[in-house]
Amino acid sequence: MVGREAFQGELQHLEELIIELAKKTKEQLKAAIDTLYEADVLQAEQVIQKDKELDDLDMKINEEAIVLIARQQPVATDLRRLVVALRISNDLERMADNAKNVAKSAIHLGENHGIQVHPSIQEMKKIAVEMIDLAILSYENEDITLARKLASLDDVVDNMYSTMLRELLEETATNPQKIQHIMQMAFSGRYVERIGDHATNIGEDVMYLVKGESLDLNN
Amino acid sequence: MSITTQKKVQIDVKNNDTTTESKTEQPRVVYDTKDLNLWYSETHALKDINLEVTENEVTAIIGPSGCGKSTYIKTLNRMVELVPGVGTTGTIAYKGKNILDNSMKVEDLRTQVGMVFQKPNPFPKSIYENVTYGPKIHGIKKKSLLDEIVENSLRGAAIWDEVKDRLNQNAYGLSGGQQQRVCIARCLAIEPDVILMDEPTSALDPISTLKVEELIKELKKKYTIIIVTHNMQQAARISDKTVFMLNGEVVEFSETDQLFSNPKDKRTEDYITGRFG
Repeated sequence: MVGREAFQGELQHLEELIIELAKKTKEQLKAAIDTLYEADVLQAEQVIQKDKELDDLDMKINEEAIVLIARQQPVATDLRRLVVALRISNDLERMADNAKNVAKSAIHLGENHGIQVHPSIQEMKKIAVEMIDLAILSYENEDITLARKLASLDDVVDNMYSTMLRELLEETATNPQKIQHIMQMAFSGRYVERIGDHATNIGEDVMYLVKGESLDLNN
Repeated sequence: MSITTQKKVQIDVKNNDTTTESKTEQPRVVYDTKDLNLWYSETHALKDINLEVTENEVTAIIGPSGCGKSTYIKTLNRMVELVPGVGTTGTIAYKGKNILDNSMKVEDLRTQVGMVFQKPNPFPKSIYENVTYGPKIHGIKKKSLLDEIVENSLRGAAIWDEVKDRLNQNAYGLSGGQQQRVCIARCLAIEPDVILMDEPTSALDPISTLKVEELIKELKKKYTIIIVTHNMQQAARISDKTVFMLNGEVVEFSETDQLFSNPKDKRTEDYITGRFG
């Protein structure tokens, strides 16, 4: 490809920032879930603090993309690439917020809460991490086959969340004194389930980038 | 009946026709180019062009220098014949009649198809005389009627308020942007159906360019506009459909929204994103 090398380099840099944000988001999710299972309030507070770093990175991506739109007046694939960069960055930032919310739940539960955290949250996390990897790989390689796989993984997470929620509701009937703790677990499950939705959104963005058409993988 | 009234009646008749045809809701094709080839002596400048230009739309033609876009637009009013050694095959039907046919009188064609050029080219006469030049050639002499044409044309070209108090001043005294709008007014004075524009803003500053662009969007309500432009953002801003030409061929012709957001041809993509050309 010839011409506009500088612009090409700036687009490449933007992509690298997004990949960096995705890696950090994934680490935040893993760390947040660990704090829940290990009842580690100190670590949970660190996850919350670190979220600011991810917010700043999202803002940096936004600013760079907007400057490129203003200065380069992109069209066609270039324009879609920048629009998609803005959308993906936003989805990653929202995922990181959900990880932060899991850490907040861990703080609400407190140390030595003595409750067994529902095992499905750990399983959902594993799939959510796999989805983030898949989403970013599909973005890097502009691979719509990988993007499509996200939809079926999202269905798995959704089903696990529904099952877990039903079980937690049953537990509220038998252990009404633990309702606050059960609610925090339900919230945490919901946050991980939302992370799956955002990863699926990235799959949609990749399909838009490659094909130029908007598709809904969440339904 | 005044020329303006005549035009109004024509438009009303056209509207009535549209009403009767509205059951099918087919947009009216003004120019239908089929298998057009053009040679400048040995040089094959246009190759198998097939295009339909629709009424009351702005059709933009883009492409690198030498791609044939100016040649094509000059074929639509047969100005291209002024170049020695030009030969054509194929047809260009203007409202159903082949304009390349020998029986088509070029004078008749040019009363219906006006043209605005790259560089403003007012006559070295007053603003008033510039606008009345065409109508006078067509035999209109009555002062009140000419006054009416001048006002309507200058209003149509969005320059009336700027020049109404100095109509007798030489048009050369106007700025480049104003001169170009006077040239558009001169074009409107003969009441064409189609306006061809060959890079009409390339010699203008950004503010004058925006004024002409706004004017083009307004003019398409009454006229069909075909514009050749090197400025791709301009094509994206003002046109309904865009033609991308390369080496004398039409590579892609589609809705402007489609062409600039998701072009189908790799060559179009490379050109509009600045990868070549």
